[in-house]
Amino acid sequence: MAVFLARRLVQAVLILLGVAAITFLLLYYLPADPAVLIAGRSATPQMVAAIRHELGLDQPLIMQFLHYVGSLLHGDLGRSYTQKTEVLPLILARLPATLVLMAAGIVVEVALGLTFGIIAAVWRGGFVDRSIMMLSFVGVSSPQFVVALLLLYVFAATLGWFPMSGFGTARHVVLPALTLGVLGAGWYARMVRSAMIEVLRQDYVRTAHAKGLSGRRVVLSHALPNALLPIIAMVGIDIGQFMSGVVVVEAVYGWPGIGQLAWQAIQQVDVPIIMGVTLVSALAIVLGNLLADFIAPFVDPRIRSQ
Amino acid sequence: MRVLRELVRRPSALFGLIVVVIVLLAAIFAPWIVHFSPDNQLTDGLSLEGAPLPPSGEHLFGTDTLGRDLFSRVLFGARTSLIIGLVANGVAVAIGLLVGLLAGYLRGTVGNLLMRFTDLMMAFPALLLAIALAALLKPSLWIVAMVIALVNWVQVARIVYTETRGLVERDFILAERSLGAGNGRIIFLHILPHLMPTAIVWGTLGIATTVLLEATLSFLGIGVQPPQPSWGNIIFESQSYFQDAPWLVFIPGAIILATALSFNLIGDALRDILDPTQRGRL
Repeated sequence: MAVFLARRLVQAVLILLGVAAITFLLLYYLPADPAVLIAGRSATPQMVAAIRHELGLDQPLIMQFLHYVGSLLHGDLGRSYTQKTEVLPLILARLPATLVLMAAGIVVEVALGLTFGIIAAVWRGGFVDRSIMMLSFVGVSSPQFVVALLLLYVFAATLGWFPMSGFGTARHVVLPALTLGVLGAGWYARMVRSAMIEVLRQDYVRTAHAKGLSGRRVVLSHALPNALLPIIAMVGIDIGQFMSGVVVVEAVYGWPGIGQLAWQAIQQVDVPIIMGVTLVSALAIVLGNLLADFIAPFVDPRIRSQ
Repeated sequence: MRVLRELVRRPSALFGLIVVVIVLLAAIFAPWIVHFSPDNQLTDGLSLEGAPLPPSGEHLFGTDTLGRDLFSRVLFGARTSLIIGLVANGVAVAIGLLVGLLAGYLRGTVGNLLMRFTDLMMAFPALLLAIALAALLKPSLWIVAMVIALVNWVQVARIVYTETRGLVERDFILAERSLGAGNGRIIFLHILPHLMPTAIVWGTLGIATTVLLEATLSFLGIGVQPPQPSWGNIIFESQSYFQDAPWLVFIPGAIILATALSFNLIGDALRDILDPTQRGRL
């Protein structure tokens, strides 16, 4: 157990290093020359050379990378090209809004996914099951920006139940969270369904029925806990989906989080900000996967004994 | 043929097939179907107040904010979106097959390195990586397709890897090897054919993902650049008018949804048919 977790920890660190290597290459080598970009159009060759020296671009690649990793460890994600400030404070200032949105999105996703998944599994093969599975397909096939605009059109512009955009009250969260959650809810419903069907087939479930327990009791307190494991393993992948969705949702709803920051940076080709958000997201994904690894033994004692 | 017959027997897959065929035909024959060029800013394409026209007999899907016929833009957009969807996904499946197969067959250091690299790519949020790449490179149709392929091969690689590992352990491979077959022969004649069902299933499901990703990138303004129409950038161009001219957003939106849904339905049915043990999973 401890060995397994320690190995996962080391792996996580290695993956983060790899992520840093890729962002480093993208950040410093894909654009023609960052020094030229920073110096601007009217810069003399001397100025460019000075900036290059200042950024350490005249050093060997490996030294530059070590330097880059070193500054990352100090929380230095570089400076924005357009805003002329450090990237990290920009991201940190907007992180809480994104976390609120993600938390609300996860609530929507899990609530919808679990409910529909369980219902489909219990009445599998029937009309309800097929309708739910069809709906889940529609969910995973929906372009998020269209869902966002549709919800805005119906519930904000036409019915006026929710504000068009902005941030602050609970009413502002509802539509963005729905948009973010619906896509994942489709995946969750399918996952929960197939995991539940597997569990419901097993002998101990039949025993529970035979003991005379109510159907609800068997499904919710006997079968469901055992079906949850594959769903917990999804957390990491899920956070990745969410980080992608956040950009679209925040752009459409004007939600002041890191997704919007990234979106604004796209318009101005402000690469350090895009990379900063990418790094923070990758960190979130790796942490999510680790969290799933650490939670799994508590949910399933079989893993603990391995 | 057997697969096709079984597909047609399932109502959801049949629905998917019909939609895909219609969209494909519309994309291929776009120039002969439409009455207006997609780039033509028609003199009578706007109302007297300068607003886009709602759907009517003459303009099936209405006109957009520049007075262009939305129906022709959507049809020509289908060409862009489908080309990207098919090319990007084809490349992604090819890379995924290659990486997964090599990693699963060679194992050892090379295999480990390949799979660690795959894990690494899993840690990148696909859309953000695509955004970063698209922002750094100048977006054109082919660049967008390549960017999408670069972020979408990972899942295929993982699945192919697992399957190859299982196949390599099987007795018929050992028998082949004892008879003196080389690596190339074993890979191409004995392993690859067994991976085809997986490749076909993911080749279909993946088109849904790539079409959605292309639409999203174009919607964010870093995909296919206007005036060349794609489903995503049609919505991108008119998103701020969605209250006054909802058809500009929701007609292309519904078509993106229908296309992605159809490929997903066909892919899911194919998985059922080709691999009964996976029935009902996603």
